[in-house]
Amino acid sequence: MLRVNDLTVRYGDLTIVDHLSFTVEEGQWLMIVGPNGAGKSTTLNAITQGTAYTGQVLFEGEDMKKRKAAERARSVGVLMQNHFAEYAFSVEEVVGLGRYAYSGSRRIADRDTASERKVAAVHLPRPAFLAGHSDEDEQAVERALTLTGMISQRKQSILTLSGGELQRTFLAQVFAQGPKLLLLDEPTNHLDLVYQKQVFELIEKWLQTPGRAVISVVHDLSLAKACATKVLLMNHGRKVACGPAAEVLIPEHLDPVYQMDVCGWMRQMLGQWNG
Amino acid sequence: MPENEDASGQQNRRRMGAVMRLRPDRFSLIEFVIFAAVTFAVLCLCVCIGSVSIPLTDTLSVIWDGVRYHLGRLGMAVIYAVSGSGAEAVGGAGTVPGGVSTTVESTGAAISGGTGVLASWLAAKPEGLQASIILSVRLPRVLCVAMTGAALALAGGAMQGLLKNPLADGSTLGVSSGAALGAVIAIAFGVRFPGLPFAGTMVMAILFAFLSLILILTLAYRLDYSLATNTIILIGVIFSMFVSSLMNIIVTFAADRIQHITFWTMGSLQGASYQNALVLLGALVICGSVLLRHAQELNAFAIGEDNARHIGVDVRRVKLVILVTVSGLIGVCVSIGGSIGFVGLVTPHIVRMLVGPNHRRLLPASLFGGAVFLMLADLAARTLLNPIELPIGVVTSLVGAVVFVVIFYRSRRHS
Repeated sequence: MLRVNDLTVRYGDLTIVDHLSFTVEEGQWLMIVGPNGAGKSTTLNAITQGTAYTGQVLFEGEDMKKRKAAERARSVGVLMQNHFAEYAFSVEEVVGLGRYAYSGSRRIADRDTASERKVAAVHLPRPAFLAGHSDEDEQAVERALTLTGMISQRKQSILTLSGGELQRTFLAQVFAQGPKLLLLDEPTNHLDLVYQKQVFELIEKWLQTPGRAVISVVHDLSLAKACATKVLLMNHGRKVACGPAAEVLIPEHLDPVYQMDVCGWMRQMLGQWNG
Repeated sequence: MPENEDASGQQNRRRMGAVMRLRPDRFSLIEFVIFAAVTFAVLCLCVCIGSVSIPLTDTLSVIWDGVRYHLGRLGMAVIYAVSGSGAEAVGGAGTVPGGVSTTVESTGAAISGGTGVLASWLAAKPEGLQASIILSVRLPRVLCVAMTGAALALAGGAMQGLLKNPLADGSTLGVSSGAALGAVIAIAFGVRFPGLPFAGTMVMAILFAFLSLILILTLAYRLDYSLATNTIILIGVIFSMFVSSLMNIIVTFAADRIQHITFWTMGSLQGASYQNALVLLGALVICGSVLLRHAQELNAFAIGEDNARHIGVDVRRVKLVILVTVSGLIGVCVSIGGSIGFVGLVTPHIVRMLVGPNHRRLLPASLFGGAVFLMLADLAARTLLNPIELPIGVVTSLVGAVVFVVIFYRSRRHS
């Protein structure tokens, strides 16, 4: 589904990501782990064309660089770790923006099938600022709100939401966007345990539909061990190991990267609970 | 799981979708009519009141007669032009016998009918002291004031969305000062285009507005990628100071050409003409429609630039379009009325409290709100210290500075 070939990102003299290659297939949940500054978030940024890079990012065999912004958004969605709300948009306005990539007369040409194009052509041309949400858009928003449990708060201002609710709102936005590949940048970084569990369960459920895949950056190694179908361990912008969690998250790989006895420490931490 | 439902489920949802509409995120026609009516009422009020107060009914009838007079003349001109070309066409086709004669007759009938209707409708040119005060002094001025207010408020609203910063505005960022510098340079060094009297000033103002916007944003991005409020304000203040010192240097050397430096720094629409109003209208129609078309993109930016990119907004293109449009609006306004501060800050802020942050509602409401706000400010400038007239920028800055402090403190407490 996604193939990253020889990806290199440089900021001046600094090499953030160094000749990185990996693939993600349908149904997979790839977790990228590694210490701070390993280039994990930058890798995600390169996939969404948020930063300049050399190398290739192929989605379904097609170069992401050549895709238009809206087309890209219909295949790849992103959930970031923090959101700083400034204005009092309502929850449903934020979620409705997830449908941006499907709006407007500009997009007739890149509808997927001929019949869809015909349907679109009948309703158009209407300038984008007059065209409202289509029924299709409204259903997608409705579904996303229901799925994330934000439906009862749809009219609420995002300034009044808790951190977890805000994160669920943006999760609903990315669900409404209907991507095939979901990128998560430490999505539960400052959420409490309840919300962490909720968000991960939601994503697991989302992934059950065929034709979808998830890439997430996480810090919590035990989470990676529990949820990931594939783990990519990075250090200094380079790939250390990539494969099933059981093969990657082993002391031979982890200890040199984190420069400590990772597994021993984890056991010690968990031991506290058992005792 | 809702996504795996079958066809019947889909039908159900379709029906449900028809019932459960999303909140209407734009104004209805009726609301627009109300806004327009309120704006028009304020306009009439501002034309009535002044050093010589004229009763509302007299004002309205004078304006109505003036409109009729000019429309009538325009109509006559059109009819003559059409009938002239019609006669030519008939003359050319005259050699062809048959059906042509009927067209000739019907054209003639249409012309005489049209002139008859117009003649009955035509008013004499309104004359007298009141008429000349209203038609040649106050009406053009108030029209310019209204459209300047609308344009500045629109530009401010768009910038606050684009930069996700409620304090962004032409005056706080220093864009207005930049545009004023452009205008002053154009006058001091005699930049002009043949045949177009004030195009030189205007083009320079627009150009300098755009350049200063780019400069300020580049500096701000370098300093702080997230464009925090404090950074922007700091750079705006420094830039404005820098520009005003440059302006003073130019004025020192070309004092004979630029008599009223206060005009550019404080702004005034004293002596504005219909020609100015027409230019403003053009700028407002072009730039306004561009901005309104990008309302959804502005919403995305107002939530966050990264988020905008992720949902499929072509960030670079949209940003460039908005910045150019905003510079155009500010440049035109400054070249006509000088830099009138804080309109673009105050109006969208108040409007946002009333209609919410959605730019599909915010931008049109700011348009009307800005017009009303600046007309009232102009009225205050004209009448408060009668017979002394304050520069309009003094009034807006007085109000604006207070609102600025309120927003600033509120946003600081936020974060």
